Amino acid sequence: MMLLTLIAILLICGPLAAAAGRWSREWPRWIALVATLIGFQTSLDLWMRHAGARAIFSSPSAPITWMEEFDRSWIPRFGIHFHLAVDGLSLLLVVLSFFLGTLAVLASWNEIQERVGFFHLHLLWTLAGVVGVFLAADLFLFYFAWEMMLIPMSFLIFLWGHERRVYAALKFFLFTQLSGLLMLVAILSLVLFHARQTGTWTFQYADLLGTVIPPGIEIWIMLGFFIAFAVKLPMVPFHTWLPDAHTEAPTAGSVLLAGLLLKTGAYGMLRFVIPLFPISARRVAPIVMTLAVVGILYGALLAYSQTDLKRLVAYTSVSHLGFVLLGIFAWNGLALQGALVEMLAHGISTGALFILVGQLQERMQTREIGRMGGLWETIPRLSGAGLFFAMGALGLPGLGHFIGEFLILFGTYPVSRWRAALATVGLLAATLYALRLVERTFHGPNLHRWRLPDLSAREIVVLVPLILALIWLGLYPQPVFDTFRIAMISLQQTVADATLALAR
Amino acid sequence: MQTADFTALLPFLLIAAAAIAAMLTIAVTRSHRLTLAWTLIGLAAAFVSLFFSLRVAPRPVTPLLQIDRYALFYIGLIIAASAAVAALAYGYLERQADRPEEFYLLLLIATLGGAVLAASSHFASLFLGLETLSIPLFALNAYLQNRKRPLEAGIKYLVLATASSAFLLFGMALIYADLGTMSFQRIAFLLNENPEVHPTLLAAGTALILTGVGFKLSLVPFHLWTPDVYEGAPAPVTAFIATVSKGAVFALLLRFSADLPAAGPIAVGISLIAAASMIVGNLLALLQQNVKRMLAYSSIAQIGYLLVAFLASGRMAVETVSFYLAAYFVMTLGAFGVVILLSEAGRDADGLDDYRGLFWRRPLLAGIFTAMLLSLAGLPLTAGFVGKFYIVAAGTASARWILVLILAVTSGISLFYYLRLVIVLYTKMELTTARPTPPLSPLGSGVMILLAGLLIWLGVYPTPFIRIVQALSAGLG
Repeated sequence: MMLLTLIAILLICGPLAAAAGRWSREWPRWIALVATLIGFQTSLDLWMRHAGARAIFSSPSAPITWMEEFDRSWIPRFGIHFHLAVDGLSLLLVVLSFFLGTLAVLASWNEIQERVGFFHLHLLWTLAGVVGVFLAADLFLFYFAWEMMLIPMSFLIFLWGHERRVYAALKFFLFTQLSGLLMLVAILSLVLFHARQTGTWTFQYADLLGTVIPPGIEIWIMLGFFIAFAVKLPMVPFHTWLPDAHTEAPTAGSVLLAGLLLKTGAYGMLRFVIPLFPISARRVAPIVMTLAVVGILYGALLAYSQTDLKRLVAYTSVSHLGFVLLGIFAWNGLALQGALVEMLAHGISTGALFILVGQLQERMQTREIGRMGGLWETIPRLSGAGLFFAMGALGLPGLGHFIGEFLILFGTYPVSRWRAALATVGLLAATLYALRLVERTFHGPNLHRWRLPDLSAREIVVLVPLILALIWLGLYPQPVFDTFRIAMISLQQTVADATLALAR
Repeated sequence: MQTADFTALLPFLLIAAAAIAAMLTIAVTRSHRLTLAWTLIGLAAAFVSLFFSLRVAPRPVTPLLQIDRYALFYIGLIIAASAAVAALAYGYLERQADRPEEFYLLLLIATLGGAVLAASSHFASLFLGLETLSIPLFALNAYLQNRKRPLEAGIKYLVLATASSAFLLFGMALIYADLGTMSFQRIAFLLNENPEVHPTLLAAGTALILTGVGFKLSLVPFHLWTPDVYEGAPAPVTAFIATVSKGAVFALLLRFSADLPAAGPIAVGISLIAAASMIVGNLLALLQQNVKRMLAYSSIAQIGYLLVAFLASGRMAVETVSFYLAAYFVMTLGAFGVVILLSEAGRDADGLDDYRGLFWRRPLLAGIFTAMLLSLAGLPLTAGFVGKFYIVAAGTASARWILVLILAVTSGISLFYYLRLVIVLYTKMELTTARPTPPLSPLGSGVMILLAGLLIWLGVYPTPFIRIVQALSAGLG
């Protein structure tokens, strides 16, 4: 029931906020805040309850170890279930979702002045879609949630975005929608192959694992999934929607996009692409890892050459998600743990950077780096926070990214030395853009004679949890590893079993 | 005839009674409100009577009509759709026409024709139903006789519908010459028993019948009348043609082919028509600047999708087509409903400018329109998604990979033009340049909210409805 609560609270409070928006501007904000806080509390409860769980593999026929489940028949005609389930991997991402969701509501408190109720409807429903993606244990439900988060997200960009919002929203929508359509066809083909073998239609994740598909066809079905996730991740040739969407989105939209939506792509790779198609995934792994390294370097270089602060942050995402992709396809314990920590750290630090950019823009009405400089002397607290998160992004030891990137590189090295070495160069490039960001914006003489108000109490309330979370992730990531371990072993076990079964 | 026969015929009798009542009312007093009331009461009574007919179903009433669950489902769909059209048309006709009452009379007669088509099991009733449906449509198309475009649309429809009827008749004659019967069941029986009939006569007959049906369904390459008639006809009539007329003909086609052996060349022909309809409909819709024309091309594509399900053959086809048609009815009526409600006196709201910034003036209507367009595009949470899912499932299950691929690609393309309209709805503009919108009648907005509710219900929890279409497909195919 807790799992249902997590989604229902968002789905119900969305229309409530929209309705309240007719009478007042304050009510929708409070409703959204309460909804996300309840969700956050519930997800933390769930975490606490399962903190001490140990891996128990009772039988090889039930390879997935869910911590909690909610399963109801939904469309029996096709064997579709409304099946929510959580393991360590989903749990951490759900906690992150509500954490960032709460902060996104707070961050847009002053920015959004128009159609406030409607805005929060879209915000909450995007979040509901994201949580649905992380919790779905039925492929139809997964696709449903996958599409459900796109529509309100596009509307967030389209209605409350900046100058070129129509273009950006359309690009985002078409990229993700068209790749999603491929995934739908892939899901249906997978289900159909399963139905031919067993005679039953099912969309249950656990049932579809280990479906034997002729190898010539398997690769195509895998690509259907892969492309949808690669677009969302974004992997390099598919990334072009990202800078536009990030730049034009309102602050809360950018936070959700960078912090959560990109994670759904990585999550899909971990949960679906590799376990469902272990052999094809292994076959394409070298190419994917090469593209991941290209993404790391390319994203970092482009970030360095941006003049728009928001675009700069956007390109750093391409770079960081390259690390995540590298770690996932290296597929060993260290790399996977690294990928997870990197996902969490990226969510926190990029979310924070976008919030900071939003705060700067609210004050200065510009995102041009050239118009900034010397801000430290007028807004020291905001600048300090900026420095902190820039250091986080470049992988300073003691902060989350360091753990993530270190483990990914460590895990990749035995798989491919060259790729690991090249990815390390990416770390160097990260130093360049992070230092450039800090130096050009906050340091130096205040040439434009800015006089700006520093962080307000509300803004500090938004930033402090993010700072603490990033430090915690950097200094004491053990709880995250513990939570993830069972899920990770179970995923690896599944893949090993399936590979064996298919090879036989 | 026995009492049970009359029970089975109750829906037909009640629609006919409503038409007569409307006619008598008009003869005594010209009251728009009263005529509408008669129409709605008659249709509501006919709808309720479906449940009485259900008790005696399945039952052949004379050799012409087969009253079974399948027929009653489609009759119900047709009745509901024409009630929605009548309710939406009220405000529209108040603004447009000085003598609006006969509109409802014609609407009721056409509805009766559609109902006959849905139940017919014989070439004679097929033709009767088709003509009862088409002839009022000539008049309805040209109903606003002081405008130029409706007249043009009426004449165009008249000429092409008559031509297609001629094709149909000739096709029937060829099949009759070959097999000596006009009953669907008998034809299927003879074909399944002895395959060595004259293949040329039969193929020619079937092809001609398909041509006639293709005209009515506006499938490529028989679609040429569609955009002009859609654009020219008054918006409520366009909505009626898009839903009732096409739905009834499709129901008939499905019943006719349900028992036939899956013939090779005919199936290839239908596949080609389906592919062409999806491709041409979606590509040409991209080029349209006129909303009604765009919806016309989009409906060509939608019927193309339906053909993919149709080709699955057997129970799966009946189930899929019935589900998708119901979804198609809801979203098409919803989309045209917005056009109807926004049309001012003297012209229909068919330019993109009529919709610019609608969200900032009428958020509810714009929201419903968005939902309808997203459903036509096949996005989740809406009936259109479940419908398209059904079709893709039926298509993959019957291994029609190429058609499924075309469906996926072209519905990707369709996103572009649906989204363009959605974007227009939300474009901010100065209040001074915005077009004034006519006031909404409570009846009109009630129908729209109902349609939106149905759209979401079918999209989120389709199981009860799936049970219905499964039950009706049990008796057929």
